[in-house]
Amino acid sequence: MVITTTIPDSGEHLDSTFASRYVRTPVPKYKMPANPIPKEAAYQIINDELMLDGTPRLNLASFVTTWMEPECEKLMMASINKNYVDMDEYPVTTELQNRCVNMIARLFNAPVGETDTAVGVGTVGSSEAIMLAGLAFKRKWQSKRKLEGKPYDKPNIVTGANVQVCWEKFARYFEVDLKEVKLSEGYYVMDPVKAVEMVDENTICVAAILGSTLTGEFENVKLLNELLTEKNKETGWDTPIHVDAASGGFIAPFIYPTLEWDFRLPLVKSINASGHKYGLVYPGVGWVVWRTKEDLPDDLVFHINYLGSDQPTFTLNFSKGSSQIIAQYYQFVRLGFEGYKNVMENCLENARALKEGIEKTGLFNIVSKDVGVPLVAFSLKDSSKYDVFEISGSLRKFGWIVPAYTMPPNAEHIAVLRVVIREDFSRALAERLISDIEKVMKEMETHLIRVSTKTAHVTATVDETQDGDDGGKKHIKKSARETPEEIATYWRQLVARKKTGVC
Amino acid sequence: MVLSKATSHSDDFTIHSTFASRYVRTSFPRFKMPENSIPKEAAFQIINDELMLDGNPRLNLASFVTTWMEPECDKLIMASVNKNYVDMDEYPVTTELQNRCVNMIAHLFNAPLGEAEAAVGVGTVGSSEAIMLAGLAFKRKWQNKRKAEGKPYDKPNIVTGANVQVCWEKFARYFEVELKEVKLREDYLVMDPVKAVEMVDENTICVAAILGSTLNGEFEDVKLLNDLLIEKNKQTGWDTPIHVDAASGGFIAPFLYPELEWDFRLPLVKSINVSGHKYGLVYAGIGWVIWRSKEDLPEELIFHINYLGTDQPTFTLNFSKGSSQVIAQYYQLIRLGYEGYKNIMENCRENMLVLKAGLEKTGRFNIVSKDNGVPLVAFSLKNNSCHDEFEVSDYLRRFGWIVPAYTMPADAQNVTVLRVVIREDFSRTLAERLVIDIQKVLHELDTLPAKITAKIALNGENADKNVTVVTKKSAIETQREITTVWRKFVMEKKKMNGVC
Repeated sequence: MVITTTIPDSGEHLDSTFASRYVRTPVPKYKMPANPIPKEAAYQIINDELMLDGTPRLNLASFVTTWMEPECEKLMMASINKNYVDMDEYPVTTELQNRCVNMIARLFNAPVGETDTAVGVGTVGSSEAIMLAGLAFKRKWQSKRKLEGKPYDKPNIVTGANVQVCWEKFARYFEVDLKEVKLSEGYYVMDPVKAVEMVDENTICVAAILGSTLTGEFENVKLLNELLTEKNKETGWDTPIHVDAASGGFIAPFIYPTLEWDFRLPLVKSINASGHKYGLVYPGVGWVVWRTKEDLPDDLVFHINYLGSDQPTFTLNFSKGSSQIIAQYYQFVRLGFEGYKNVMENCLENARALKEGIEKTGLFNIVSKDVGVPLVAFSLKDSSKYDVFEISGSLRKFGWIVPAYTMPPNAEHIAVLRVVIREDFSRALAERLISDIEKVMKEMETHLIRVSTKTAHVTATVDETQDGDDGGKKHIKKSARETPEEIATYWRQLVARKKTGVC
Repeated sequence: MVLSKATSHSDDFTIHSTFASRYVRTSFPRFKMPENSIPKEAAFQIINDELMLDGNPRLNLASFVTTWMEPECDKLIMASVNKNYVDMDEYPVTTELQNRCVNMIAHLFNAPLGEAEAAVGVGTVGSSEAIMLAGLAFKRKWQNKRKAEGKPYDKPNIVTGANVQVCWEKFARYFEVELKEVKLREDYLVMDPVKAVEMVDENTICVAAILGSTLNGEFEDVKLLNDLLIEKNKQTGWDTPIHVDAASGGFIAPFLYPELEWDFRLPLVKSINVSGHKYGLVYAGIGWVIWRSKEDLPEELIFHINYLGTDQPTFTLNFSKGSSQVIAQYYQLIRLGYEGYKNIMENCRENMLVLKAGLEKTGRFNIVSKDNGVPLVAFSLKNNSCHDEFEVSDYLRRFGWIVPAYTMPADAQNVTVLRVVIREDFSRTLAERLVIDIQKVLHELDTLPAKITAKIALNGENADKNVTVVTKKSAIETQREITTVWRKFVMEKKKMNGVC
C-alpha cells in the first residue's frame, strides 16, 4: 500500500495573512515581482505601509478637501470605473458636468441669459484650468498681433510674486514670459498700481488672485479693473484680466457677495476655481469658466465626432475618472447656496477662534487678514532664539502638520506658519491645536534654558582647557542630538529661502 | 387658551422615506445652484437614479480603459481618496509607491539602468499628459540644440502616422508644433516607417510610433523605424529621436511578445508613455512616462519644490490630484507580478480569438485587426450596401452592448469598422453571448427593407414603360437616409473621429 502525502498548495487559504510567507519576504521595490501574491496579502502589505503616511484630516497645510459625506463616497465608488471622456457612453455624467459649469458660471455672474449655456469645462485641478485659460489668452493675443502685422513671439503675463507654482509652470511650458510684481513687507499680494505699470504690448493678460496661497488675502480686482481700463483707453491694447479664484471662488460669493471680483468687472474674461478646495470635493477637480464664446478661440476647441454627435472639448487630459465631477454636482444640489454659506461661515468662525487663541499667547504676529480665505498665518514676534520651522517640526509630534514658509521676494525675511481651516476643522480641533501650540512654545523656552546653561557650562570648561595640547582650540561639545539639529535647521532655512514651493 | 399648531417643515425627511418626501417632487435645478440644502439621502438617491441612465461601464466595448478591479483594491482606493497626491512631504509613502511604480515600469521597458540607479519618469493623469510631457522634453531639447548651432528654432514638427490618437493633435496645437502625418493605405492601417523617415527634416523634434494603434490594435514596426532612422541620422547628423506611444501596448508586449524589440532596447527610443488605466489594469486616471536617462529630460523643465526642506523634483502638468490610482497601480504590480499580468493578457488574447472565430463563422464579416497586437477585434461588413456598420452598432445597443463604428482616417476613408476591445473582465461567456447577439442583429437587419438605391433599381425596369416613377419613401427610410448622410459627412468633416 502506498501512503501518499499531500503537500498543501500555497498555504494561503489556511494561514492568515500575517502567518503566511508573503509578509516575510521584502516587498519588491524597483522591479516587478515574478509571481502573483494573494489579494489579501497585497491589500494588507500596502495598507500597512500607508499607515505611515500623514493623516489627511490633520494636514493643516492643505486647502484640499479631506472629508465628504458617506452618501457621496458611495456615489464616487459607484462611478470610479466610468471613463469621464466617453461622452456618448455616459451622457448623464456629461450632463452633470455641464450643469456644474453653468451653476458656477452663474455663481460668478457670467453674462449668460436664463437658458444660455455657459462656456467652461471641468479639469483635474486649477493647474490644468489655468493652463487652458492662459492658452486661450495667448492664442487670442497672437491672432490679434498677426492681424496688426506686429511680432507675436514674446508674450508675457503680469502677476504677483505670490502666485502659485502652476503659473510658473504655465509660463515655462507654454513659453510665456512671467513678469512678477514684487511684494513688500506688510503687503503680501499683487499691487494693482504696480501691475498695471508693468503691462506692455506683449502682455496677454494680468492675473489676479482671489485668495493668495500665502496669507489667504483677496487681491483688489476691482481696482485692477479700473486702472487697467484707463490704461487700455490710452494704449488701445485691450489687455484682459484673469482671476485665479482657486481658493476664493467658492468663498467670496457666499460670504462677501457685494465684493466685485468676478464677471461683474468687464475686463475679467476667465476665472478658474478649484472644486477640490472650497468646492468641498476630494482632490481631482477644478473648473474654468469663460465670459463668453468669444473669449475662447475656436481653433483650440477639438470637435470629437463620436457616432455622429459633435462634442466640443478643450482639456489637456483625456481619460480620467468621473467620480469627482459627480461629487461636485452632489455638493451643489445637496448643500445649495445656503449650505455652502453655512459651511464657509463656520470656517471663518473657527479661523477667528484660532486666531484669538494664538494672539493670546503673546508670542505671535498675525499676518493673515480677517477678510479672505479662512486661514491663520502667523509669525514669531521674536525669532532670534528659535524659528517657525522648529515650531512646525515640534507640532508634528502631536500629529499636526502645520507648514512654515518664507515669503517670496521682496519679503524673504518674513517666515510664517499657516493653518488652513477646512470644512472638517471643528472648534474642538481648533482649541486642541491652540493648547498644543502652547505646549510646544513652553517646550521651546525650556529647551533654550537648557542650552544656554549648557553653553555657559561649556564656556567654563573651555576656559579650563585653554592650556590643552590642541593649542587652545575650543571644542564646544554638543550632544549627539544638537549637532544634527543645528545642521538640519541651517539647511532647512537655506533651502526654504531658495524656493518657497507653497501650494 | 391658545391652540398652537406645530408645523413640521424641514424635518419631514426623517419621518418619510426618500420617495415619499417633497424633495423628489420638485424639479431639479439645472443651470443655477439651488437656494437651499436638501438631505443627503435625497441628494444621493436623486443623483444615483439619474446615473442609472448612463451606459454600463463593463458592457462598454468601445473602451480600453479598465472597468473592474478586485474589492481589496477598491478598499485601498476609497481609503486614499482624500490624500492629495502632490503633498509629497505629508504622504511620503504614497510618493514612494509612485517612485517604485516608475522604476518597475522602466525595468519592464528595459531602460538602461544600473542596479541601484533610479529611473527617470513620472506618474500622470493619463497618456495625454504623459505625451505632452514627453513632447515638451523633445521640443526643449531640440530648441536648445538649434540655439547652440545658431539655427532657427521656431518651426518644430513631429512625424507620426495618421492613425494617432487625438492627444497628439492636442499636443501639436497647444504647444505650437507642426504635425506631419504619414497617410495610411487601405491595406496598411498604421504608420509606414519608410514613409515616416522620408518625412523627417531638420525641424523634426521626434518621430512618434504607436505600439497598439487605436483603430485596429496593431503594433507599429518600431525596430524597422529605428534602423531606418539611424541610417538617416548618419547621413544628416540631425540625431532625430523616437518616442513610443505605448498607451495600450506597453502592458501587453512585455508579457505576450517579450522578444519583440520596441522599447529602450532600440537606441533611438528616448521616451515611452503607457496608460496605467488601460492594460495596466487600473481605473481611469493614471498614466506613466519614462525617459531613457536623465539626459533626455532637460533640467530646466523640472520644478524643484522645496517643502519644509526636502527637495522634490516634479515635472507634471497637473498639480493636486487624488492618490488612489497610483496606489491601485502599485497594488496591481505586486499583486499580479509578471506572471499574473501574463496570464491576464493571455486570457484576453484567447477570448479575442474566440470572438474572431465566431464572427468569421457568420460569413458576413472581414476581420481588419491582426492577431498580434492589442486584444481587440475590428471587423467590417463584407457587403455594406444594404446596411452598414453604423446600423449594426445601433442595433447592438438594444442588447446593452456598446460597440462603436468608425471610418478610417485618410487615405482609407472608405473602410468602416466595428471594434470590440477585449478587456480583463470580458470573459469567454460574454464573448459567446456577443456573437449570438450580433447574429440576431444581422438577422433583424436582413428582414428590414433595403436602402433606397435598391428600390430605384427596381423601378428602373419600369422606366422604359414611360411611367414616371415616384419612389415613395417611408418616413423611417427618409430619416435613416438623412442621418446616414449627415453622419458620414460629419465624420469626414473633421479628421478627428473621436476614436479613443
